[in-house]
Amino acid sequence: MLAELKILNQHGKQYIPDIRKAEVPAPFRGLPEITKSSKGALLEGLCPVGAIDVSVQSIDIGLCTFCGECAHRAPEMIRFTNNHRMATNDRNALIVTPRKAESIELNPGLVREEIQGVFGRSLKLRQVSAGGDNSAELELGACGNVNFDIGRFGIEFVASPRHADGVVITGPISKNMSEALAICYEAIAEPKLLILAGTDAISGGVFAGSPALDRSFLDAHKVDLYVPGNPPHPLTFINGILDLIQSKK
Amino acid sequence: MEKSINGNIINGQSILLNEVPKLGIGQFQNEIEKCVESIHGHCTTYYAFKSEKTLQLIACLANDETHELKVISHEIDTSVKNQQLALTKEHFAFHVYEREIAENYGVDFIWHPWLKSLRFPHDAAHTMAISEYPFYRIDSEELHEVGVGPIHAGVIEPGHFRFICNGEMVLHLEIQLGWQHRGVETMMIQKPTLLQKNIIAESIAGDTAIGHGLAFAQLIEGLSDIHAPKLLEIERSIALELERIAIHTGDLSALCTDVAYQLGSSVFGALRTPVINFMQAWCGNRFGKGLIRPGGSHYPFNEELRSKLTAMLDDFELRFNTIAKRTFNLDSVLGRFENIGRITEKQVRMFGGVGMVARMAGIQRDIRRSHPTGGYIHLPYEPVVLNTGDVMARASLRRLEVEKSIAYIRDLLVIWKESKKQMIASPPMDIKMKSNAFNLSMTEGWRGEICHSAITNSKGEIIHYKVKDPSLHNWMGLALALRDLEISDFPINNKSFDLSYCGHDL
Repeated sequence: MLAELKILNQHGKQYIPDIRKAEVPAPFRGLPEITKSSKGALLEGLCPVGAIDVSVQSIDIGLCTFCGECAHRAPEMIRFTNNHRMATNDRNALIVTPRKAESIELNPGLVREEIQGVFGRSLKLRQVSAGGDNSAELELGACGNVNFDIGRFGIEFVASPRHADGVVITGPISKNMSEALAICYEAIAEPKLLILAGTDAISGGVFAGSPALDRSFLDAHKVDLYVPGNPPHPLTFINGILDLIQSKK
Repeated sequence: MEKSINGNIINGQSILLNEVPKLGIGQFQNEIEKCVESIHGHCTTYYAFKSEKTLQLIACLANDETHELKVISHEIDTSVKNQQLALTKEHFAFHVYEREIAENYGVDFIWHPWLKSLRFPHDAAHTMAISEYPFYRIDSEELHEVGVGPIHAGVIEPGHFRFICNGEMVLHLEIQLGWQHRGVETMMIQKPTLLQKNIIAESIAGDTAIGHGLAFAQLIEGLSDIHAPKLLEIERSIALELERIAIHTGDLSALCTDVAYQLGSSVFGALRTPVINFMQAWCGNRFGKGLIRPGGSHYPFNEELRSKLTAMLDDFELRFNTIAKRTFNLDSVLGRFENIGRITEKQVRMFGGVGMVARMAGIQRDIRRSHPTGGYIHLPYEPVVLNTGDVMARASLRRLEVEKSIAYIRDLLVIWKESKKQMIASPPMDIKMKSNAFNLSMTEGWRGEICHSAITNSKGEIIHYKVKDPSLHNWMGLALALRDLEISDFPINNKSFDLSYCGHDL
């Protein structure tokens, strides 16, 4: 008993009191900011995934692997802020331009009618890793730990698609997992959410174009939430989900 | 360039491809057998390099005691016959290597017990689909099969486990992988820039971004004339040990979860956070992605980080020791750890286990000691070795390695502090590599031995890239551990091994 008390005393309070206001300290590479665009093609061929328009008019954070190389090579043009709020349901909103420096936001107009009515209070998710490198999976797991405690919002990952309200995909979607993913998605009752967590899931990341991938699943289904990051930070994920299910038209 | 005699090499230092001895089949297989039959020998990688007319089988043989590393090869003229005597028949550890070579290049290994597909790669020499995998079967009315996966109950990677059970008892477990195959080795060649290759290396297994990133960086540096400065080498070893501490701690949390010890699950889980948050404070990413780059660093270690790390480790150690002491003295935990999923030293030698799986079964196999690079040369590392081979050994090894890594980092920090400070260069955008060269680079990641190997062409471009994750061999350990256990013991055993799916599938 004394041993337990000692452990609890050392453990203290670990939870983040207000997830909505929590910040990730610098030098966390969150939302990039274009501070000065250039007409010349200064960064041509630099970005490993072609996320940067060469004249630095835009950065697509759905492609970005957050390696930070551009900010190291051209710090006067690009910097990565510690802003973790990057999840949105609008694929076009992931394209950061010099004019759009504030947070990326969810577009309530794009949220399907049934989502708000059905998923507002509790949400059970099935996670499918399809070529994920286990970093995004670990961060999704961390969402449920004593620090982030996503369970406080009634959100949790469940063992069966039959219990789930939606699927969270990580990884660039390998050909070998494409059938299992489709079967899993099919097994979830309507209405259901489709969430892409991490750059690999959103665009294929550094594996885009690999002959070992099959991303045709995404052509056939509407994505409800994009969560950028490599891997996505738990705060990006949790706040993104809350934005989605608490959105008001 | 290091001169190679009889194929002797040094970890991470390149030689010319034509300095790799080409032996006749008899001598080639003799050399391999001589190595793997000795108590300290094992084969760190064995793969095929295809050129126009031939297939060159390349084997790297390591002696953990004499610190020797030797690379040898044998050429098959594929226009004559694509056939070879299997080493697997006598030396089971080669089953994965030969299955891989057979799958990729259609080589027929005579007397191989079962040349089944290893990972169903996009460029397979066969046309079998992953759903057609031929499982081992036993026809009996008394036995039943249980299939699990590829998608599992938790938030983990996919793999398929097929159990043959007699009632609740597991007679046999077969693990089918390949679901995670992303074409890593193909992309390593196709993506032209150094940065692209580097990011792929960090993604081979995202939970081992430092381990694989470092194996890549050493490989590239060895293929050019770059020598990382001592300070950078020290920093990299600090990062590798921090990765080990973070993952081991997370695994101890998961092991507690699986035996329903809630306090251990929460406290170990929370303890992982300050370690990965330090990593983020260092390089902007909780997994260390972006930290390891060949030829330099964007995030040189500094005095501020040193004091932050020292404070973090002091606090971590205090809390870790308290919860570890309690966990490992709790009857309800020990009852679920001890004597569960035992594998023997003999079995581990048979399937070629490396890293933690070797060290929990009495085998001192650790690249940090046997073939050290960088920081491990400046400060020798003495591995922890246990011998019971059960869940308890795998859990205890994590606890002891965490303690050891904390002490080791503290010693590294002293060396770092006392070293003359020099500017660490920004990593170069491009690195000119040697022509027609061969290199092999190994690091001891938290799971075990990571081996990257590459071959360049006359222009110094990488034309062949081979990755060996420690999980390649170690998965067989999990399969053997389950024999004669209740099927309900599967989760705790799976967690105690915590092997990589994507690292295996590439």
